[in-house]
Amino acid sequence: MIGDIPYSILMASVLAASAPLIIIALGETITEKSGIINLSLDGAVLLSAMAAFVVAKESDSLMFGFLAGGCAGMATGLIVGYLSIYLHLSQVAVGFALSLLCRDLAYFLGNPYSRTQGPTLISSQVPFAEYLPQSVQTLITQPLTVPFALILLFFLVWFFKLSRTGLQIRSVGENPAAAFARGLNPAKIQMLCVLGGSFLVGVGGAAYSLSLKPGWGRPQGAEGIGWIALALVIFGSWQPCRVALGAILFAFLQVGGIGLQTLFPTIPAQVFQTAPFPLMIFTLILMHYSTRKTRKHGEKQRGVQKWLNMLFMARAPKSLGTSYKQE
Amino acid sequence: MIRRLIQDICITILLVLGFTSLVLFIADAPVLGAFQHIWLGSFGSTMKFSQVLAVWVPLILCSCGLLFTFRANLWNIGIEGQVIMGAIGGMAVLRLPGIESPALLLFLAFVAAMISGGAWGLMAGLLKTRGGVHEIFGGLGMNFVAQGFILWLIFGPWKRPGIASMSGTELLPHKLWLSSPPGWRVTYAGLIIGLIVLVITWLLLYRSKLGLQLKAIGKNPRAALLYDISPEGFYLLSIIMAGACAGMAGFMQVTAVYHRLIPAISSGYGYLALLLVMLAGFRIFPVPLLALFFAGLNVGAIQLPIVLQIDSTLSGVIQGCCVLSVLFVIGMRQRRRQL
Repeated sequence: MIGDIPYSILMASVLAASAPLIIIALGETITEKSGIINLSLDGAVLLSAMAAFVVAKESDSLMFGFLAGGCAGMATGLIVGYLSIYLHLSQVAVGFALSLLCRDLAYFLGNPYSRTQGPTLISSQVPFAEYLPQSVQTLITQPLTVPFALILLFFLVWFFKLSRTGLQIRSVGENPAAAFARGLNPAKIQMLCVLGGSFLVGVGGAAYSLSLKPGWGRPQGAEGIGWIALALVIFGSWQPCRVALGAILFAFLQVGGIGLQTLFPTIPAQVFQTAPFPLMIFTLILMHYSTRKTRKHGEKQRGVQKWLNMLFMARAPKSLGTSYKQE
Repeated sequence: MIRRLIQDICITILLVLGFTSLVLFIADAPVLGAFQHIWLGSFGSTMKFSQVLAVWVPLILCSCGLLFTFRANLWNIGIEGQVIMGAIGGMAVLRLPGIESPALLLFLAFVAAMISGGAWGLMAGLLKTRGGVHEIFGGLGMNFVAQGFILWLIFGPWKRPGIASMSGTELLPHKLWLSSPPGWRVTYAGLIIGLIVLVITWLLLYRSKLGLQLKAIGKNPRAALLYDISPEGFYLLSIIMAGACAGMAGFMQVTAVYHRLIPAISSGYGYLALLLVMLAGFRIFPVPLLALFFAGLNVGAIQLPIVLQIDSTLSGVIQGCCVLSVLFVIGMRQRRRQL
């Protein structure tokens, strides 16, 4: 127990806090599996959060809000995709500039709507929940974003492991030239992945302004989330399950930080909010060493070491970040 | 050749103006009025112009630092944290008791700012060369750590007696403010340091062996190894120099602009300098002029919320749009050449 929060409430809030992050990070996973880095995530999340809130407020419909968020995300994906896949520009440069542009655009356009009331996605009751114990009830009474994130996770695990399309995407991310020789169209597949991935990023952004941190303002509360999601994809070694696990871990740290704050009231809350970042760097270093060791020796490990390596091994899609030019 | 360049610049300007007008139109704001107020607020009077120069100095310092890392093909996103750490390092010395001479204290603070900024850069560099953490993620993580650190200082050990608030630490005594021409906002020392750093950067990058070695590593680290240039050492060197430049910018923010430590001491100039250097095509020659343009946008947009009730982030929209438009035009030109 951290502070005075019971376990069931703690776990329920961790799940709720991780759902948007899972959606965003999985969206980026799809994009990166096809070999494209979309670095504009941080701005895209804010822009879609703003668009979702404004549209949901004007139309008084959460559905339209989430759709608008997704479309705003997709618009950023369209720019990244076109400039990097078809014009062969540096993905990092385009993504970074777009990230700052989208962030400022969100603040600029959302300014009239800041600190206003709007529709909020409330936690929905699960049928027959009243027969379950109280603690389980608190755990499963969640906004719809949580089941959506879980379904998306299982779908993606199946999609990349077992489906033909998933295999095609992976092959484009590993070696676009070979994929082209096999009769695939790398540019088209990459573009579709960027669009699909950034749509999910937009939906995740909408989940922030419509459910987790309702409303729009400056700061909104979703600042920095895009960068976290990018790090989570690496942390998760481009595997949906591990990415989601990382997102839950991060949400735990964020929620736990609030509990810690009651223990150390002199330290401002923002300091605890930064705690996950050093941890992320530390994990990345661990991953680097365990990956390098196994590569060097190539021998079988036993016991704890094998388990550790399984946890921290990482392999990026081979052509990640490079743009493929058809000869 | 020159005709094509002018053509490209015209297309870029049209793209930027078109997009900005569209955004203003969506926000239901007067399009021409917004541009006019940005102009008046930045270059409309000598006082405003001196404010622009006060922003120009840290931008130039950060951009010069970034030129080193970009030359070695490093994405030093950690520059924002390096500015913050420079400000903290400078402030730590300025708070030292026992040193009477303000000039000596300021000089020591300047050196401390460079060292702390450089050390923060070195950490990001070591994370890359030894820890295998890509500099973008290492740098970003370090930015957030620096932000947490400065917040802790402001709310903890360095808080104002009695109250701790987001408005920052106590003001420095007047003798520790860098002096400026009467009525102006920019300091003598700031302008001079900015110009000196600009010249030194040009000499080092374009007229010295170091510049050539960095370029070799940036273009092809494996081939550079054959010429006995070790990438690791030069990666670290370039990122230390970037950190030192950023530290100077942090020192300027403390002693010339805010005269205290505030949570947003870096004002986002690190990220802005990244955009600026990208817009300059990673070359030094357009940097001073573009820095003036970016600084003008930043200062000119300050009064927009009061005059037109629109948010001042319009400047950021224009700056980001400039970079993307330039990238787009370059991409289109390359594509046309191939066809």
